[in-house]
Amino acid sequence: MTRLGRWVGKHLMITLGLLVLLYMYIPNFIVALMSFNDASQSRNLYQFQGFTWDNWLNPCDPLGMCESLRVSISIGLAATLVSTIIGTLAAFALVRHRFEGRSTMNLVLFLPMATPEIVMGSSLLALFVAAGFGGQLGFWTILIAHIMFCISFVVVTVRSRLGGLDSNLEKAAMDLYADEWQTFWRITFPLVFPGILAAALLAFSLSFDDFIITNFTSGQTVTFPMFVWGAAQRGVPMQVNVIGTLMFLVALGAVIGGEVMSRRRARGRVRAAS
Amino acid sequence: MSPAEQAHGDLKLSGLHKRYPNGFTAVKSLDLVIPQGSFFALLGPSGCGKTTTLRMVAGLETPTAGTIEIGANDITHEKPYKRPVNTVFQNYALFPHLTIAENVEFGPKRRGVKDTRSQVKEILELTELTEQAAKKPAQLSGGQQQRVALARALINRPEVLLLDEPLGALDLKLRRAMQMELKRIQEEVGLTFVHVTHDQEEAMTMADTVAVMNEGRIEQLGTPYDLYTNPRTTFVANFLGRSNLVKGTVLGREGSGDDEVVKVDMHGTVVSIKAGRVHTDSSEGWIGIRPEKVLIQPAGTPVDAPGGYFAGAVVTEASYMGTSTEYRLRMPWGQELICFEQNTGRRGGLVPVGTQVDVSWRPEFAFLLDSSQDAEAGLEED
Amino acid sequence: MASLQRVFGKNAAYLLIGPAAIWLALFFLFPMLSLLTTSLSDPAGNPITGYDLTWRIQNYLEALGDYWPYLLRSLLYAGIATVLCLVLGYVLAYAIAFKAGRWKTVMLVLVIAPFFTSFLVRTLSWKLILADNGWLVETLKALWILPEDGRLLATPIAVVAGLTYNFLPFMILPLYTSLEKIDPKLNEAAADLYASPFQRFAKVIWPLSLPGVVGGTLLTFIPATGDYINAELLGSPNTQMVGNKIQALFTTASDYPHASALSVILMVMIVAMVLYYVRKAGTEDLL
Repeated sequence: MTRLGRWVGKHLMITLGLLVLLYMYIPNFIVALMSFNDASQSRNLYQFQGFTWDNWLNPCDPLGMCESLRVSISIGLAATLVSTIIGTLAAFALVRHRFEGRSTMNLVLFLPMATPEIVMGSSLLALFVAAGFGGQLGFWTILIAHIMFCISFVVVTVRSRLGGLDSNLEKAAMDLYADEWQTFWRITFPLVFPGILAAALLAFSLSFDDFIITNFTSGQTVTFPMFVWGAAQRGVPMQVNVIGTLMFLVALGAVIGGEVMSRRRARGRVRAAS
Repeated sequence: MSPAEQAHGDLKLSGLHKRYPNGFTAVKSLDLVIPQGSFFALLGPSGCGKTTTLRMVAGLETPTAGTIEIGANDITHEKPYKRPVNTVFQNYALFPHLTIAENVEFGPKRRGVKDTRSQVKEILELTELTEQAAKKPAQLSGGQQQRVALARALINRPEVLLLDEPLGALDLKLRRAMQMELKRIQEEVGLTFVHVTHDQEEAMTMADTVAVMNEGRIEQLGTPYDLYTNPRTTFVANFLGRSNLVKGTVLGREGSGDDEVVKVDMHGTVVSIKAGRVHTDSSEGWIGIRPEKVLIQPAGTPVDAPGGYFAGAVVTEASYMGTSTEYRLRMPWGQELICFEQNTGRRGGLVPVGTQVDVSWRPEFAFLLDSSQDAEAGLEED
Repeated sequence: MASLQRVFGKNAAYLLIGPAAIWLALFFLFPMLSLLTTSLSDPAGNPITGYDLTWRIQNYLEALGDYWPYLLRSLLYAGIATVLCLVLGYVLAYAIAFKAGRWKTVMLVLVIAPFFTSFLVRTLSWKLILADNGWLVETLKALWILPEDGRLLATPIAVVAGLTYNFLPFMILPLYTSLEKIDPKLNEAAADLYASPFQRFAKVIWPLSLPGVVGGTLLTFIPATGDYINAELLGSPNTQMVGNKIQALFTTASDYPHASALSVILMVMIVAMVLYYVRKAGTEDLL
């Protein structure tokens, strides 16, 4: 066998894995590319016509797009805040307490994750209509729906962090003269906080990106995904790709920044261990 | 006034009982006095109730019945953070998000001590951690983490320091070093240390007094020397070191005072056991002898011990271990006994397997245990 | 927690769980009930005035009779997409868990990162990739894989490709979590005991990764079955899934009773399949 053959044999899985990863990035490349597309000359919006900075310089040109972005961000923030608080409390109850109805609650929390969005969306619409709110769909009904489907994900995320917490740490704090509140705020909360933060990020991205449930509960209100959906019927403005690329870069930057910081902290650890 | 000054004196457990909601009784009406300033070890296999006892003293577990007192103060129902007691947890339970210095000053800060700097400096010096003060627990080695756990508890100058298998996570070499270290620190600070462990060697090298626990009860309490040389139950005889236990029939008593002996018939040979080492009233008993007290000599050569000997034993196995050799001997009545022999070189080699040997021991080393007890109690299952 | 319990007394658990329980009862369970009653109501009403509950079972029969091809198509597309996700996802999850070395975290981040770009925007970009005059179609035609008048967009292939792409991370993450827990030494031990690479995978790695396989396939299959975005954006009227129909019945047709009946049928179907599958896979503790 040749050296190349051996190399491929040894690295087959990682090569295939990287190919899959590449496949996952194709749309992102296209989106980034199209954000520089000069679409002013042609109506065929699914072809690259020419390079321009215009889309990046005037991101709010398309009518209603930035307004829809603002709506999505406010709903996302509000849904994140409420669902994170409610979900974190529930996670504490489930991990730290044995109470009647606990297993029922576990099931109820699991169900929204196992239900197709179309069923949840349509059932909410059915409820709002049956309750006579059919004419008042909008910001508040979207928010209610988003909080609902975010809660389960928050609970799952916080619960796993809390479950991994060594309960001896709290006992040690009590042994060292910290009362219940001090133990909670000085030991439990700081240690669970990364889990809460991760849950909040997840909730925000779920809410921000949701289309199906939002579509059923939005009435006349337009969120960013709904704007994209509506635009897709006529021809998507290239600025949508600018927003898509921007979101990707911001998120990636945040993740890399966090990783670099934790690596820096870990470096001393490695030195001490060796 | 700090909690440490509220109560002074011996730690006294009276009728301490713990039954869990699932019906398991971990500790059964325990009575125990641990003198102030002593290094006390609770020794037993896992599940014997030693850790539950410790946790009740720490306030992390509520007793079903009984009281816990330090000096004249009843602390049975005191919250953990109001007791003059601190714990070194099994896996240290160091706060991962705080530095070593912050971990150590956690206790004093909670008790409202304004300036903890000199205290922290002093305790970090005592435990040789000064250079690690600004690091996080995850950056330290196992031995260093262990010392942080110790420093974090000691800085509070508790009346009683509880150590829950504190060396369990360390490797053998570090463990030996830390045993010495702990002993040194205890002597230096003069606090009462209550040390829970399942390692009999650790308990014996460190503690002044050892209590052997089994199934929620204390089997025997005493100095390591007493426990080893004169065990009172088969459990202690087997759990602390090893023992040969041979069935015997009690014939009667002879002599009086210190010289009083009990004569026991052991498969046709009469052996004498000192009255102070007899722990049964029945007509049968287990005659116990430690393996290193068993002497052997190839048949036909004189045995170096007073009194009689048993002839007709055969060496079935010989394991050479450097400083000593472990022989297995098949006795004429079929039982196998163990014999540890120091490799003094006197014999000029090992006794080959299959050799006929005479077996003997000095009568003052034997002990007699109750025949109703299980001869296998306390043997480690492996 | 135990200490909070002392502060709030015995009811602490209910105070903590209360908000979540109430919210989910009001806006998840209650709507489900509402969906059920709507599905049994007289279709003669309209969304503004509401529908009368007449226990009209026919809604179900009519929905099933009229829309069974959509249901079947949904199950088929979602099933194929799930299998494709499993193959692709397993390769990547395996590579990250066992072969990535110190790049593990980086690769995990890279798996999640694309999803910060709005998924509608990404799905639309597939329109460009699969376009009739795009390079992919041209290349496939040049290689004689696709006939001269062949196309990808507006075909079932495009819909399945879109579904596969969109739900791949839901497969990768549970698979990775399972694979990551497997001690690589087990693989070495199997090799030491004369197992060929294929046997090592079939007898050691695969069985140990089953919880991830079950979790991943559920997380992929369930949303894929209910999805209508890929079918709408990448498909044609001939590739519509049940989601498209439900959505159309609710919005354009305003036929809530039949739409609700179809939703309930979809939900029941999925629950039945999931329960059967989970029992078959022997991981009931997953629920």
